[in-house]
Amino acid sequence: MAEKKQFEKGKMVPVPSVSIIPERDLDKTPILECSHLGIDFGGLTAVNEFNITVGRTEIAGLIGPNGAGKTTVFNLLTKVYQPTRGTILLDGLDTHGKTPAQINRMGIARTFQNIRLFNNLSVEDNVKIGLHNQEKYSMFSGILRLPKYWRQEKAAHERALELLSIFNMEDLADHQAGSLPYGAQRRLEIVRALATNPSLLLLDEPAAGMNPSETAELMENIVKIRDTFQIAIMLIEHDMSLVMGICEGICVLNFGQIIAKGTAEEIQSNPTVIEAYLGKQQEGGTD
Amino acid sequence: MSKLKNMKQTTKTSIFTYALVIAAYLVIQALLGRGMLSRSTQGQLVPICCYIVMALSLNLVVGVSGELSLGHAGFMSVGAFSGAVAAVSLEGMVGSPALRLAIAMVAGAALAAVAGVIVGVPALRLQGDYLAIVTLAFGQIIVNILQCVYAGVDGGGLHFNFLDPELHMTNGTPIISGPKGTVSVTKISSFTAGFVLVLISLFVILNLVNSRSGRAIMAVRDNRIAAESVGINVTKYRLMAFVTAAALAGAAGALYGLNYSSVAPVKFDYNQSILVLVFVVLGGLGNMWGSIIAAAFLTILPEAMRGFEDYRMLVYAIVLILVMLATNNDNLKALLGRLIPRRKGAADNG
Repeated sequence: MAEKKQFEKGKMVPVPSVSIIPERDLDKTPILECSHLGIDFGGLTAVNEFNITVGRTEIAGLIGPNGAGKTTVFNLLTKVYQPTRGTILLDGLDTHGKTPAQINRMGIARTFQNIRLFNNLSVEDNVKIGLHNQEKYSMFSGILRLPKYWRQEKAAHERALELLSIFNMEDLADHQAGSLPYGAQRRLEIVRALATNPSLLLLDEPAAGMNPSETAELMENIVKIRDTFQIAIMLIEHDMSLVMGICEGICVLNFGQIIAKGTAEEIQSNPTVIEAYLGKQQEGGTD
Repeated sequence: MSKLKNMKQTTKTSIFTYALVIAAYLVIQALLGRGMLSRSTQGQLVPICCYIVMALSLNLVVGVSGELSLGHAGFMSVGAFSGAVAAVSLEGMVGSPALRLAIAMVAGAALAAVAGVIVGVPALRLQGDYLAIVTLAFGQIIVNILQCVYAGVDGGGLHFNFLDPELHMTNGTPIISGPKGTVSVTKISSFTAGFVLVLISLFVILNLVNSRSGRAIMAVRDNRIAAESVGINVTKYRLMAFVTAAALAGAAGALYGLNYSSVAPVKFDYNQSILVLVFVVLGGLGNMWGSIIAAAFLTILPEAMRGFEDYRMLVYAIVLILVMLATNNDNLKALLGRLIPRRKGAADNG
């Protein structure tokens, strides 16, 4: 009763999370907690009542039919859009009123559905731009080439090659980013995001346009990234083999609302999800 | 030789650019020593240096930072007028003209940088066409303001007046006289000073571009949303490029102003800004040695064809249109790409 009274006064009440956090993360604060998150564009509610909790080293999946609002959720988390309502807690800290750049410094890095690389710059420079906030020398030490510049540039060069080696892309370091083949551009975007040293990595359709063998390799690499960097990864993907294969918790979105949350098996057998994807099954109808 | 091959493309381009400037200086000095340059060409040497610095600094804004600024001459005028005030008022105190020129250039750069911050902070909230309109307006506003400024120096110090020509000086020298601009300035600019300024500008711009800050500036140019997503403060780096360019333009303006006994504010109207933009576009966006060659060539050209000067702006327009047509021609681009493989990736594709 007391709780209900508080809510009526307009104060935020913690909602009991129905998300499944992997057992190994249970005793730690979750990396991401969204409650009552929502956004309206004019009169249109794009996302509503989005509640989710992601564990420290969880690989979480966000799926749903086209136009369900998946990318909008990513844009809300990274503050490309300011939410109309609800809160986002990152590692227990409120992200209200932050800019996208500040969100990145707080620990969320992302990739984009339509690739956004710095096309005119080299692959190595793209990664070094990801390292921007870890290099700490001023504009003047850069112009005057003080010892600090040489030290930090050397470290950045080595770190960039090290990060590129995750996807065996060291040989491409001098190539122009815009001239890379599609798959390599997607991988470079992941490397650039990782370079910002995030605690939560958001991947927007990482396997789009990849063939099955490339997707299988990507799956291995996503797990490898989680294991080596010990970070949480949340991904949007239409390739169900990838989602069902590596995601520990899956959240299904339709018309901006969460319609199901659970493990891969639970989602696959959930009638609401099947309906959202395939439409209502007619009585006596065939597959 | 193998060391040269292993060098990064950017390092090679930088070395080439420095070499180009130093070689040009040595050749001109040799020609001057043998008296092989005409008086009118000699008179063009300092303006050429000024325009090179203007083109380099505008290239930092347009080519590297990707913002269209149409009021760059405004910063040049701030530099020219503050430089003149500094040089004339220090005439009694600092004996060496070279040192006085250096102080004037620093003063011009500092005040132009301040103007850059004042214009940049509100203007850089805008993008694309809107930024171009605001900077164009700034260029015109500054000319109009300077036409109303009167300044002079006497034993009691500097006197400034706005709109009122009467300065109440005792035995003073007027420095700025409204629409007439700077008056009674001793010419102290020299070709060597211009050469040093070009080298300093190159040093600042090339080192900035190849550093953490420069990468952030180019990241914002290439993809603003992605730059924000990797934690880059977009406004800070747009402003950094804009203010650095303004400061360099101010230094160039001081050098320019101290090359003539009198310079009127109208000299720095939008025609001048567009002229510098033409140098940048013809030289290639982001291409520093291209800007140097374009600025030098297009400053000499009208002088070389004195009788043709009436048609100069017409020729510029035609040349600009031709260059735009040529650079957007896919066949020509593919041909150039095959002839000059600039990066490994381009060569693989081409």
